[in-house]
Amino acid sequence: MKFVAVTSCPTGIAHTYMAAESLEQAAAEAGHEIVVETQGAGGSERIDPAVIAAADAVIFAADVEVQAKERFAGKPTVTTGVKGAINNGPGLIAQAQEAAKAAPVGAAAATPTAPAGGSGGPTLASKVSEGDSWGTKFRQWLMTGVSYLIPFVAAGGLLIALGFALNTIAVGDQGYLVTDAPPVTEQFSAGNLSDWAALCFQIGGLVFGFIVPVLAGFIAFAMADRPGIAPGFAAGAVAVAVGAGFLGGIIGGLLAGALVMWLKKVRLPFALAGVWTVVVIPLVGSLVIGGVMFLLLGKPIASLQDGLTNWLEGLTGGSIVLLGVILGLMMAFDMGGPVNKVAYFFGVASLTTSLDTGTDTGLQIMAAVMAAGMTPPLALALASTLRPKLFTPSEQQNGKPAWLLGASFITEGAIPFAASDPLRVIPSIMAGSALTGGLVMAFGSTLQAPHGGIFVVPFIGNPWLYLVAIAAGMVLSAFLVVAAKSTKKAEQQLVEAEVAAGIVPVSS
Amino acid sequence: MTATTETGPLITAEMVDLTLEAPDKDTATRHLAEMLVAAGRITDLEGFLADVRAREAQMPTGLEGGIGIPHCRSEHVTVPTVGFGKSDAGVDYGAADGPAHLIFLIAAPAGADSDHLKILAALARRLVRQQFKDTLRAATDPAAVADYIRTEVTP
Repeated sequence: MKFVAVTSCPTGIAHTYMAAESLEQAAAEAGHEIVVETQGAGGSERIDPAVIAAADAVIFAADVEVQAKERFAGKPTVTTGVKGAINNGPGLIAQAQEAAKAAPVGAAAATPTAPAGGSGGPTLASKVSEGDSWGTKFRQWLMTGVSYLIPFVAAGGLLIALGFALNTIAVGDQGYLVTDAPPVTEQFSAGNLSDWAALCFQIGGLVFGFIVPVLAGFIAFAMADRPGIAPGFAAGAVAVAVGAGFLGGIIGGLLAGALVMWLKKVRLPFALAGVWTVVVIPLVGSLVIGGVMFLLLGKPIASLQDGLTNWLEGLTGGSIVLLGVILGLMMAFDMGGPVNKVAYFFGVASLTTSLDTGTDTGLQIMAAVMAAGMTPPLALALASTLRPKLFTPSEQQNGKPAWLLGASFITEGAIPFAASDPLRVIPSIMAGSALTGGLVMAFGSTLQAPHGGIFVVPFIGNPWLYLVAIAAGMVLSAFLVVAAKSTKKAEQQLVEAEVAAGIVPVSS
Repeated sequence: MTATTETGPLITAEMVDLTLEAPDKDTATRHLAEMLVAAGRITDLEGFLADVRAREAQMPTGLEGGIGIPHCRSEHVTVPTVGFGKSDAGVDYGAADGPAHLIFLIAAPAGADSDHLKILAALARRLVRQQFKDTLRAATDPAAVADYIRTEVTP
């Protein structure tokens, strides 16, 4: 068989080359061909694209990110650290052999950039073939961002849920809600369970703050390698600052990645190259993308939010079921983004007014808002449990915490699903949330807390029908997501993108 | 980036210790580094050792088969250099299968360009060759060891 490999290590003077030698020896002993690219301190010579195209499998023996990994997209891949290659070259070669055999027939040759119509030749580096697989590349970028995002969603979301749960155990329906707890820097006593609840909740909130920057940063990274990270994170942070949500983060990450891809094309003398990628690109990229995001997105988003808020206020006098439907659509549209925020804060404001005046309308609005925000993660958890094959392995992993995140009214639990396949997922979950929002209003359920999901059941009026409304929306969304993802094209894209993004090594 | 202009052989007899005995890797590394200081390859012992420790902290450099390769790129290094120590008792460099008996302290100048680093790459490649390791294990004469390593890595 023919293999290609990349080795890289932090210092780039020793392990990189030892791993390369070890792989070359092992391949030769087993009667295979291998070409190894050593991404060491002395710079590296890129493997000829024709050699990559002809390879049956790829081995990454790397402790630092493989540069220009996209050249190997679509190949069966085995991933390990440099020490794995040094200590056990033959084992790795055997794994690569297995991976090549396990790959679907033709997959090894059919890289995403291999020309379907036979034009262009199998040169992964050329611009033409990049254009051929634009859609696939786009999905790879998103999926790379999502794969780094998931741990943050899981850790932050579960900590927040734990905060709710502990607080419910600690104080029941008496005392303050964990959302109202003072900062743990001001109040924390180890013997007080509700302080531990506040600690979990507040750490979770901070971890959640990374969601959009990490998504944007690693989208840019997928596009432009390491120089993309800082501008991508900057774009994400500005998206947070202007309230643009994860959709803003995706746009920012894509813009940052595109800019850095372009900046990297500038050819420089060797002496300047280090400064260029480590200092100049991050600086210029962050300034330009951050500036664009602040100046172009900031005001429009603020005025969009004002407009939506006024519109919602105007609707309050009309059909309350219609209002529930609209709030449901808004909650699910961007999960923590500007539209969702308007709906949520509209709910909280209505709740406050109602508590002051002793009326029920605001409590119903709050109830609809929370229920509609709970269904998206629940629906995707359900869909990924029922039909796991329609989801990438990383999405399937995210499906498990999504149950608890949804139950805790942490709508962000659906972001990994929405960010990796927005056009199929977002409309589906909007439909379910709309149904839930409308049903809650029709059933007349109420809610006297601004957050907490199932942990604030004591604050819910008419809880059984409330749960029925949530279940109905959950089932509808799950059904729609499964239907949308069941098309041949969707399945094809899924496999291509996940394998190509290198998220799942096709090793045994 | 200041490309180094100094040159010198990768290793000489005075950078070889075939009876290295040390209780731990810090002591062993320091001992090898002192030889490189004496040979004029390292300008600041403590600064260099700090760089080695920083690298070692990322991931231990012990490898299966009794090899330890403490290494770093450091501004305190003038020429790509390797110091070699052989220890019968062994020194723990964090490998899963036991202590290292062959220890290579690899020192690379921070600003070196790829030509200068090629010799270290060639050395690293030898380190996974059984014959290279066997020869060094059997060696008894520092000058012969230095000659052997230099000959092996000559491009």
